[in-house]
Amino acid sequence: MTHRPAAWHAATVRSVSRETASARRIEFEVPTWPGNDAGAHLDVRLTAPDGYQASRSYSIASSGDSRRVVLAVDEVPGGEVSPFLVHELQPGDQVEIHGPLGAYFVWTPGDERPVQLIAGGSGVVPLYAMAELHDREQDSTPFRLLYSVRTPDDRFFASELEQIAARGRLEASYVYTRAVPAGWHSAPGRVTRDALAAATWPVDRRPRIYVCGPTPFVETVADWLTELGHEPRAIRTERFGGG
Amino acid sequence: MKLDGNAIAGPLAEVFGRDVTLAVMTCSGCHESAVIARAMVYVTAMGSVARCPTCDRALLVLGPGPGARIRFSMPGVSSLELTPDEPDAA
Repeated sequence: MTHRPAAWHAATVRSVSRETASARRIEFEVPTWPGNDAGAHLDVRLTAPDGYQASRSYSIASSGDSRRVVLAVDEVPGGEVSPFLVHELQPGDQVEIHGPLGAYFVWTPGDERPVQLIAGGSGVVPLYAMAELHDREQDSTPFRLLYSVRTPDDRFFASELEQIAARGRLEASYVYTRAVPAGWHSAPGRVTRDALAAATWPVDRRPRIYVCGPTPFVETVADWLTELGHEPRAIRTERFGGG
Repeated sequence: MKLDGNAIAGPLAEVFGRDVTLAVMTCSGCHESAVIARAMVYVTAMGSVARCPTCDRALLVLGPGPGARIRFSMPGVSSLELTPDEPDAA
């Protein structure tokens, strides 16, 4: 892991694009950025004209030495920061960012153990960064993703994940909680313990497991993984909430 | 709102000058150790409390101080272990 000190940086918006009906992808140019490991996050700080400041944490979808930093932000209605990022922020605007943060929830290539990614909703962002790095570096570690999301249209990085899977670099399974595609094998519903066991690496493969999502999702999944026999220290979790 | 130690990586980096989510805290109540990322963190408008994942004791408290200052205390931590390069703890 490269040493990349956390600091405040001025980030200029280079582009914005629709990610889903409620989320936006934002690409920043950060000339002083030291790069970041896959899975790291940063804090975005907004300052109002009257000096009031609000900051929120967002996982970084990009990784490596690039000065380009990509976020995918889901709007939390009534939130202090995410509605501004999703609706107001425009190319050329500047925000303050603090990072890279979070040396715990990162994956670095070169490890033999298979990797299991488990995402709830927008919690897929840091896990996408890991899958993208794994693909880009041609790393040989087997990767699986289990992604729980409301509907197919709510998937973040849907086409990118499909492309990585099509190259044989990721086995991706989806669980849809609100609406399923035509002909899907099951009715909409939350992940169950049996579905989790069926879609993830068995215990004897000793996977490194990364779980990211809303707190109830993460805690339910982490408890089931422990019950299934995975080592608690091999399960890395990141909870999010607020906007 | 209940989160985990990842959520206070930013404010803690302001205090320590670096990312400390892999620093190991030992709880002064139950003497169990865990990396900061595994602490249970409760975030409110008044600040954040990181609690021991084993016994729920308040380990760290972070909040706004006067002006732009950060107020930070470690009421439940008997020791904090930091490695110079933060190698992978697993």
